[in-house]
Amino acid sequence: METLWFCIVAVMLTAYVLLDGFDLGVGIIHLIAARTNGERSALISSIGPVWDGNEVWLLATGGTLYFAFPGLYASGFSGFYLALMIVLWLLMLRGIAVEFRGHIRNRMWSSFWDVVFSGASLLLAVFYGTALGNVVRGVPLDKDGYFFVPLWTTFRTGAEPGILDWYTVTVGVAALLVLTLHGALWVNLKTSGDLQQKARRIASAVYWAASAAVFAITVCSFLVQPQLEKRFTAHPLLWAFPLTAALGLIVLRLSLSADLQFWAFIGSGTFIAGLLCSAAFGLFPLLLPASNDASLSLTAFNSAAPNYGLAVGLKWWIPGFVLAISYSIFVYRHFRGKVVIPHPEPEPQLATAGD
Amino acid sequence: MDHALLLNRLQFAFTITFHYIFPQLTMGLALLLVILKTMALRTGNPYYDQCARFWAKIFAINFVVGVVTGIPMEFQFGTNWARFSKAAGGVIGQTLAMEGMFSFFLESTFLGLFLFGEKKLGPKLHWFSAVAVWLGSWLSGFFIIATDAWMQHPVAMTRGPKGEILLASLSGLLSNTWIFWQYLHNMIATVVTASFVMAAVGSYYVLAAKAEEFGKTFVRTGVIAGVTASLLLAFPTGDGQSVMVARHQPATLAAMEGLFHSSDRAPLAIMGQPDTEKQRLDNPLEVPRALGLLTTRNWSGKVRGLDAFPREDWPDNIPLLYFSYHIMVGLGTIMLAVMAVSALELWRKTLFRRRALLWILMLSFPFPYIATTFGWMTAEIGRQPWLIYGVMRTAQGTSPHVSGGNSLFTLLGFMGMYTILGILFLFLIWREIDHGPARKELAAPALFHY
Repeated sequence: METLWFCIVAVMLTAYVLLDGFDLGVGIIHLIAARTNGERSALISSIGPVWDGNEVWLLATGGTLYFAFPGLYASGFSGFYLALMIVLWLLMLRGIAVEFRGHIRNRMWSSFWDVVFSGASLLLAVFYGTALGNVVRGVPLDKDGYFFVPLWTTFRTGAEPGILDWYTVTVGVAALLVLTLHGALWVNLKTSGDLQQKARRIASAVYWAASAAVFAITVCSFLVQPQLEKRFTAHPLLWAFPLTAALGLIVLRLSLSADLQFWAFIGSGTFIAGLLCSAAFGLFPLLLPASNDASLSLTAFNSAAPNYGLAVGLKWWIPGFVLAISYSIFVYRHFRGKVVIPHPEPEPQLATAGD
Repeated sequence: MDHALLLNRLQFAFTITFHYIFPQLTMGLALLLVILKTMALRTGNPYYDQCARFWAKIFAINFVVGVVTGIPMEFQFGTNWARFSKAAGGVIGQTLAMEGMFSFFLESTFLGLFLFGEKKLGPKLHWFSAVAVWLGSWLSGFFIIATDAWMQHPVAMTRGPKGEILLASLSGLLSNTWIFWQYLHNMIATVVTASFVMAAVGSYYVLAAKAEEFGKTFVRTGVIAGVTASLLLAFPTGDGQSVMVARHQPATLAAMEGLFHSSDRAPLAIMGQPDTEKQRLDNPLEVPRALGLLTTRNWSGKVRGLDAFPREDWPDNIPLLYFSYHIMVGLGTIMLAVMAVSALELWRKTLFRRRALLWILMLSFPFPYIATTFGWMTAEIGRQPWLIYGVMRTAQGTSPHVSGGNSLFTLLGFMGMYTILGILFLFLIWREIDHGPARKELAAPALFHY
């Protein structure tokens, strides 16, 4: 039962990263790819109707984690207190930037929100990567399973690490590159003309950097976290996940050259899903490894809710998941196709009283 | 009280209070939008669609701020209340996760369609998307009330060998007796908020001779919905809720009413200031025996005062609890009076000539917000000193390693962030109201070219 819920949380988290990942990526390249106000509006329209739904996956994953693994939820969220709060603030800034930007058509207003949107997206991508790095590296847990790590200490991994150290920052940079690529491929899929060409060029340029960064963090991860080597040696089938990621990367490259926009995006999605599953199942049953004493690690078994809760949870989770997936499919179908880049238009006349 | 505990409580109180300013309007407004869309569908008159379009814009701005300020709520259980989360996550995580799966997806999907798909969907499907948004938001309210109800009145649980809290029955959790009145009371309060806001904006248009036709429709809709909801708010839902408190949290009821000594002739205090040192109500203005009648349904029913309970089980801020409750009830009474007089004048077809009354309607829109805030303060301060009533004390629920300094840092951060958010919100809302419902639609907002 615990293993099943571990898979469920992993699937939901992957769904969140794949979906919110591309709208974060759009944010990262927002200022570079789109130069005119019209292009920037088009970029925001490409995620406008879906970003909120994408973020719901984060809330739903958080809720599921809360009831299935309350021990991990309590320990992780209080231990990464400062980083989590910063992430929440960035999510808020980004959300209002996307939604408020279009309310007033004024050059200063939109360029202000463009910068907020892009900056918050970029920092979020780095923070998410850093978070993943922290989970792989582990934290110093006490005997009750709690910890607290400051934002940084000496930038070294070890018994008293900070949230930011050389390893987690590297993972953060890799996440930034991977999501930039993912976002550029979304823009490549959803727009046309100059904007699409620029997105495609960005994707090609970032492709090698992202691949190299991911290769680097893979090597580093095996050095930092011995559990990975143990798991992959004991269960060679796990190599299917990194191979899936590599396959995604190849599909991406070939589709990009052949201008198959949809398949390039799917390739990138497969790549990300493969990476996340490699990390999750490579650590399993560890959820949060202890860096001080391996026996204190939080596992799927010592931090899960009791069996009744997990069993009864399935009864509503399955229909809930089917509904959620069908809404998502419905929305993406409804808003499918390319977004239109608005032509430069005169400032609208201000409405006068009573018109 | 130790420093970090106080800061954790302040941060939760501040973030939840600010957050709830927005959903209390959107949940009520969702119902009023369904009413406007139904009128449009039944009469075939596009005028009602135009009314709905205006309120949809107000709705959308509130919704965005509600969403972004809502994200921290779920996560704060883990960040600041880790020991509570670890102990109770298996129970309240169920309802919080269900909220995500069943209402947030529904709401976000259909809101997008409702706001941007009117042309593409056609009238019936557009009406349906309004209904779906309403259902989604009221379902979300249900799961949150179910979560709070469990903390107020923990049911469907057993204790494990090490004292851990185990969920015994999901259906028991979802049919907690505490949910019924609290849910109805709360959801009707959202309709009161939305009605007052709609009537206030309408009164402004009439008084300022700006979009008068729309203004009158808004006042009419707001007053009819408002008088109905204000009545239901007091009776039976408010009354039902207080009987529930009397039955399951008698110490809380005594503190809310400022009743220090048990009595079979307990008076109902209308005004007065509780003095916890001398254990009495200063300058009381009381209705003799009324409290006994209201809570026990018997003229000489015995009501237990605070003296009947050990001091460590008293709510830890009795004056604030007392005033919160009295402000809620007092404003509720004023709101009912304003709506009743307006409804009478509306029925006599003289409302739009009574400029003074329109002024009152326009200026009283903050009342439901204040009353709702103090109502929730009554519920949550009344739950103290318990985090889970009778099971876990608030002081036992904090995160072990989050220091006061870290809590203060984030509390100040939230305050700064929410100040900016509040200013932006007021600015954008004022702009929409100023533009008014009659504005010619611009081609499409720059944001949405589909």
